[in-house]
Order: sequence, then C-alpha cells, then structure tokens
Amino acid sequence: MAQYLMSVLDEKGGLATAEEMAAIDVFNEKLQADGHWVFAGGLASPSAATVVDGRDGEPVFTDGPYLESKEHIIGFWIVEAPHLDVALRLAAQGSKSCNRKVELRPFLGE
Amino acid sequence: MTDLDEVIGRVHREEWARLVATLARRLGDLDVAEETAAEAFATAVERWPVEGVPPNPGAWLTTTAYRRAVDRLRREVRREEKHREALMLFDPPEPLGAIDDDRLRLVFTCCHPALAMEARVALTLRMVGGLTVPEIARAFLVEETAMGRRITRAKAKIKAARIPYGVPLREDLPARVGGVLGVLYLIFNEGYLASHPGSKPIRGDLTTEAIRLTRLVRTLLPADGETAGLLALMLLTEARRAARMSASGELVALGEQDRGAWDRALIAEGHALVRARLAAGQAPGRYQILAAINAVHTDAPDFRDTDWSQVVALYDQLVRLDSSPIVRLNRAIAVAELDGPQVALAETDRLPLAGYHVFHATRADLLRRLGSSEQARAAYDRAIELSGNSAEAAYLARRRGQLGSQSPE
Repeated sequence: MAQYLMSVLDEKGGLATAEEMAAIDVFNEKLQADGHWVFAGGLASPSAATVVDGRDGEPVFTDGPYLESKEHIIGFWIVEAPHLDVALRLAAQGSKSCNRKVELRPFLGE
Repeated sequence: MTDLDEVIGRVHREEWARLVATLARRLGDLDVAEETAAEAFATAVERWPVEGVPPNPGAWLTTTAYRRAVDRLRREVRREEKHREALMLFDPPEPLGAIDDDRLRLVFTCCHPALAMEARVALTLRMVGGLTVPEIARAFLVEETAMGRRITRAKAKIKAARIPYGVPLREDLPARVGGVLGVLYLIFNEGYLASHPGSKPIRGDLTTEAIRLTRLVRTLLPADGETAGLLALMLLTEARRAARMSASGELVALGEQDRGAWDRALIAEGHALVRARLAAGQAPGRYQILAAINAVHTDAPDFRDTDWSQVVALYDQLVRLDSSPIVRLNRAIAVAELDGPQVALAETDRLPLAGYHVFHATRADLLRRLGSSEQARAAYDRAIELSGNSAEAAYLARRRGQLGSQSPE
C-alpha cells in the first residue's frame, strides 16, 4: 500500500457550501468503510498563514502565505491505495464531492 | 553488416518487447527491466560471436537479463536490508507463456493517462517498440538529450506514483484506449517510413508489431470505433508495403505503384472494417476518417480512377476534427489532383511546416508540375536534406534529376 496526498485546490475563495460539506461527509465515510482513510482536514484561508524561517538565529515571522497565487490549498486528504489507478479514482470522487480540483501526489516510498 | 549483426538485429526486433514486458512483470520495476534487457543484448553481442547463437535466443536473453536483475537487486539488498522482503515477493521465473498479455500490460502502463502524452509516446516506443532514444528523438524532432530526460522522468513518475503494471479495469478502458491508439499509430508510422538513416527505410517489423498490438486492443474493445478505424487504416496502408519500394531501393509514390502487388487479403479485411464502421452510423473519429480515405485509394483500380472529390471531402471532415498543419498538408496533396497544382501550392505555402521534409517534397512536386524547375529544384534539395529516409531521398533525388527535361502538366 502507498499513501497519497490529495490537496484540494480552490480559486473561488469561499468555504465549502452545506451541499458540498454533505457530499464530502459521504465521501469520507466511504473512504473509511473501504479502508482508504488515513487523515483529512480543511484549512483556514491563506490570509491566516504565517511563514516562519527558523534556520538562522532568531526565527523570522512573515504574515501571509509563502506564495501568492490564484489557486491555493484549502484542504486535503491523505489516502492509502495499492497503486495510482485506485488513487486516481479516489481523487476523482474527492474532487466531485468537494466540487474543486484536486492535486494527487504520492508520498515518498520507503 | 555481418550475418551475426543481422541475427542480433532481428532477435532485438522480435524479442525486445517480450523481454522488457516479462521482466517488468517479474521484477515489478520498469527501469530495471529496461536496463537489464539492454544489458542482456550487450552480453549477447559479446558472447554470441564466440559461443554461437543459442537455439532459443529469446529464452537465453530472458534468463540472462533475469540473472542480472536478481544480482543487482541482491546488491541493493545488501546495502539496504529492508529491501530483502521485496526480493522475496518476486515470482519465480515462469515458463514462456502469457507473453502477449504482458506486452499489452506494458502498453497500457506506458500509455497511462497520468503521464504527459509525449512521455507516453516516447516510453512506448522505447519499451514496446524497442527504438533507441536517438530514433525516438528523430521521430519527434526533439534533441536526444531532451528525449532521454523525458523517458527518465516518465519512468521516475511510474515508480514514485505507483502507476500499476497492468491492463486497466474494464470501466477505465475506453478512456485509456485513445492514448494507446495514438501511440500505436506512431509506432506504425515509424515502420511505414523509418526516420533513421541507419534503419531500413520501411520497417515491416514495426508495422507488423503495431498491427498485432492494435488487433489485441481490438479484441479487448470490439465495440470501439476508433480502434477498428485504426486497425483498418493500418491494414490498408500495410497492404501497399510491397509496392512502395522499387527493386533499386527507391520509394514508389502512390501514383506509380504496381497495384497488382498490393495485398488483396489485407485490403479486403480493411474494407470490411470500414464498411462495418459506416454501418454503425456513429460520428467517425480521425482514424475512421483516415481509414475511409485509404479505402477510397485502395478501391481504385488505377491512380487515375481515384475518386478525388471523395478524398477531399473526407479530408474536409478530418480538418473539422483536427486542423493541424500536417492534416492540411495532406488535404492539399489531394486538392492538387482535384483542383490542380496551382490551388494546392497556394494552400501548401500557407502552412508553417518549414522543418518538415514532406512539406518541401510536396512543394517540389507541385512546382515541378507547374514547370517551375528552379524553385522545384530548391524544394527537392531541402526535402532531401531533411529526410532521414534513404529510400525517400533516392526517390526525391531521381525526381530532381528529371527536372528541366519535363514539360509542365
């Protein structure tokens, strides 16, 4: 089994609607029932982000996201799947449920 | 070229895809499969001259490559103890069987939709077609180093993203077939007119392989119109293979071919497929339209009997699906027969294809027919310069040599 990160990309700048939330709940339950579930979460807007650079002496805090972009990540799933074909199908269902594009990216293998 | 070089070349053509496909299934790693397959051939080049060609070269190569792969993985295991478990999971070597399915599996993996289209094409030509990176680079008019990187990146993604080595599930099949067909058509075209000066001008091994794989895909998807269309297109093109090359090794244009040398059985099979698609009454895709165009050509007892208005009408239909310059160039070639070379030249000159040898060959022929010998000569020069195919260059050189002594049409 491999793990994949499914990042939800948003360009509308809004939270999920009640209808979208309901569809996401159905999808989450299915992920758990089918044994694909690892973790999932929604994120506050990029304006709530702080970039922290602690590499050199006193940490430097910078308000706002690291990259300003039209699309940003507003949530994610971590799923477990035997191979990419299964993960692609999960990503397609996830994308449909939250009504947004999803970037599918594998975790590094062991 | 010695007899042995020829034997090794033939074995390479015949066994490469089987070898990579079998190794990839056994080892679960496309990269190792390709590298050890290449190493097995290198070993053959060293040892066969001394030891003689083994009675079953395919089995010899499989055994040699598999031993190398296991050695390599054992070395890695010694370095990284945790890979030991992975090694234990390998299937024991199987007797040669189920090989055709392995090749189809290889095709679907190389044509996976998570790979960029150009990567799918390159990977399939390398892994399934057995073409070298320079040959593939030439086929797509890109630099060798760029093509090498493209293939390396594709293999790295297959591994990192865990693209499975297998035929897709039935519900995923239709969506996965389009990419496979595009790749098979490109392999066929490399055989139809080889892009490498070092290879035979017409490579029946590649066209045969493309047809065989397309037949396999058609068996899986009997209702898919484009698969049937592509098979028909390949059959109707392949039917003319023997007539496309003169005894002196020169390419023979469609209008000058001995139609008696066309393969009637392939034409009959191709025509039956085209008729079946017409009867299905669904809007045809590009392969079905191209097959219909070739059905018109192969239906004419003589070049002069060709129904050019039908050919141009079909190209019009094709342009509506795909208005790329190459499609419009082919349309212009047909227009020359219907409306004359002047109209065709005007259309051709508008196309942004200055780096494409067929563009210059087409212009040369149209200018020759219009009596513009000097311009025709320059266009032949450019076409010959850009053509990587010896038989095509020989044909173009002969045509160029006839300039001046010929009166305009």
